[in-house]
Amino acid sequence: MRANRRRLVNWLGIVCGFGLLASLPLFLNDFLMTIAVVIGINVIIVFGLSLLMGYAGQISLGHAGLYGLGAYTSAVMSTKLHLDPWLTIVAGALLAGAAAYLIGLPALRLRGHYLAMATLGAGVIMQIMFVELSGITGGPAGISSIPNLKIGHLILDQTGAYFYVVLAAVAVSLWLSLNVVRSQKGRALRAMHGNELAAASIGVDTARAKLFIFTLSGVFAGLAGGLYAHYLTYISPDSFGTSLSILLVAMVVIGGSQSVVAAGLGAALLTVISEYFRTYQDWSLVFFGLSLVLVMIFAPRGLFVETAAVAKRLVARVVKRRGPVES
Amino acid sequence: MLLSKVLQFVITGVANGAIYALIALGFTLIYNSRQIINFAQGEFVVIGGMAAYTFYVTAHLPLPVALLAAILVVTLLGVAFERFVILPLKNAASISLIIATIGMSIFLRTGAMLIWGKEAMTLPHFFGDKPWNIMGATILPQQIFIIAITLVIVVGMQLFFRLTVTGKAMLAASMNPEAARLMGIRSERMVMYSFAFSAALGAVAGVSIAPLVMMSFGSGAALGIKGFSAAILGGLTNPLGAVLGGLSLGVIESVGAGLISSAFKEAIALIVLLMVLLIKPSGVFGKIGTRRHAR
Repeated sequence: MRANRRRLVNWLGIVCGFGLLASLPLFLNDFLMTIAVVIGINVIIVFGLSLLMGYAGQISLGHAGLYGLGAYTSAVMSTKLHLDPWLTIVAGALLAGAAAYLIGLPALRLRGHYLAMATLGAGVIMQIMFVELSGITGGPAGISSIPNLKIGHLILDQTGAYFYVVLAAVAVSLWLSLNVVRSQKGRALRAMHGNELAAASIGVDTARAKLFIFTLSGVFAGLAGGLYAHYLTYISPDSFGTSLSILLVAMVVIGGSQSVVAAGLGAALLTVISEYFRTYQDWSLVFFGLSLVLVMIFAPRGLFVETAAVAKRLVARVVKRRGPVES
Repeated sequence: MLLSKVLQFVITGVANGAIYALIALGFTLIYNSRQIINFAQGEFVVIGGMAAYTFYVTAHLPLPVALLAAILVVTLLGVAFERFVILPLKNAASISLIIATIGMSIFLRTGAMLIWGKEAMTLPHFFGDKPWNIMGATILPQQIFIIAITLVIVVGMQLFFRLTVTGKAMLAASMNPEAARLMGIRSERMVMYSFAFSAALGAVAGVSIAPLVMMSFGSGAALGIKGFSAAILGGLTNPLGAVLGGLSLGVIESVGAGLISSAFKEAIALIVLLMVLLIKPSGVFGKIGTRRHAR
């Protein structure tokens, strides 16, 4: 009963949150809406990464490559083959998922630092391919005049309208992520993160569970890539480098990898900071590096998760002082 | 004609490989003492080169003094790194350590940019830049110096770990920190020494290639990846393997770039890295089961 009520409250909170987000175009100017769209795109990748890191306990420093693969697939198919962008975004997501599956198959046998380096290497190789396969990808110059998304005759070339597309995609991926967390697979993953050997001994197929999450996170990254390509209508290899992979991982870690929502908030925080400080990039990067170190030392579970824990303790203390509440 | 070409590939490869070997040794030392991969290893190399430039060109110190001063600065940086970042994360998960060393690499890289600016800089050749001719292939005195200094360091390290008390203590602490502590070895201090050592090796690599390449604040990432690939090729826990890994990677790279295409030169180290990781993670020159102790 209680668990059900709690679940209802959580869902209500999420629905209200999305309601508030949906009214953003009424208040924000174009510049801020652009940031909101970029946040949405990053949040989709970060949902997948937080499942991978917080629940499956794995790391990937190559997700910018998968993101790029989604963007390039959709861009190439819609500009060269003139297919409908809605279809090509889905194709990009599926191809990025397939690539993640192929990378994960051998790579997920590795652990910790080895896995970090293998995924980093895979990401860099993908970026080199975006540059070198210039017949398809346009080389260092990239691809321009990527078609906009369309609904009937309505062309979604305005940031305000595109925001709703991204918001819908965020909602779908959040729904999927939360379902995974609450499914039997999610419980298996948490068991595995706690103690892989113990999980395996009670019959959790840990290899399959890891591969499933890695593939799903690849699909999310590919979807985000497609949305990015048809928003900017221009892509180049520079946008899909290792520094982005690191930034994405930082979003998850600073927000809090143990909760999909906290990781999403981390994505919003870091996107705002990196867009806002774009002009003072040199100095802001010094602080960025330092804050990664400090968060790891003082708030290893992430800013939002630690804050929630502190808030919970405070509430508990207040409730205790007032004595038990009759209910 | 063909022979001289092959010889040239090998000479260039071995000279580059010696640098990779020094960086790889740094990775191996830290991995053995703390089971972490230091993502900021490439930054030690760059800061070594840049500091030497400052001491030599700006402060007008004699070259040998400037080089030693640069190595000392980076060594102290390695000590500070261990004390302020690695030690507080004593009980942290490996993901936290990965993120923290990545954070340090970003911090050091941008710090270097703020101190030295974005311009690439280069040192003069230590022994002149007149190339020598060997059977139609050429070799620079600087390249001979690099190969020689690597040889000296490798032999010196073997002697250090076998003959000195500190060296043996470091080895013991890396094999089993708990048991070493019971024998009166301060295992945590040994971790600090290994960071100092590893930073110093990076700085030696940095000052040695500074005359040959244009070095700028961002050069560390690629050097770090190549050094790491070399270390993985050699088995990561095995110092001798790291050296062999470095030399082979250098040769593979120069032959690959010469015969196939120089466009993919940057990808060669990565492909080697991935192949080793996916096919034989224990490394080509490492023994299976070289994991020294369970954690």
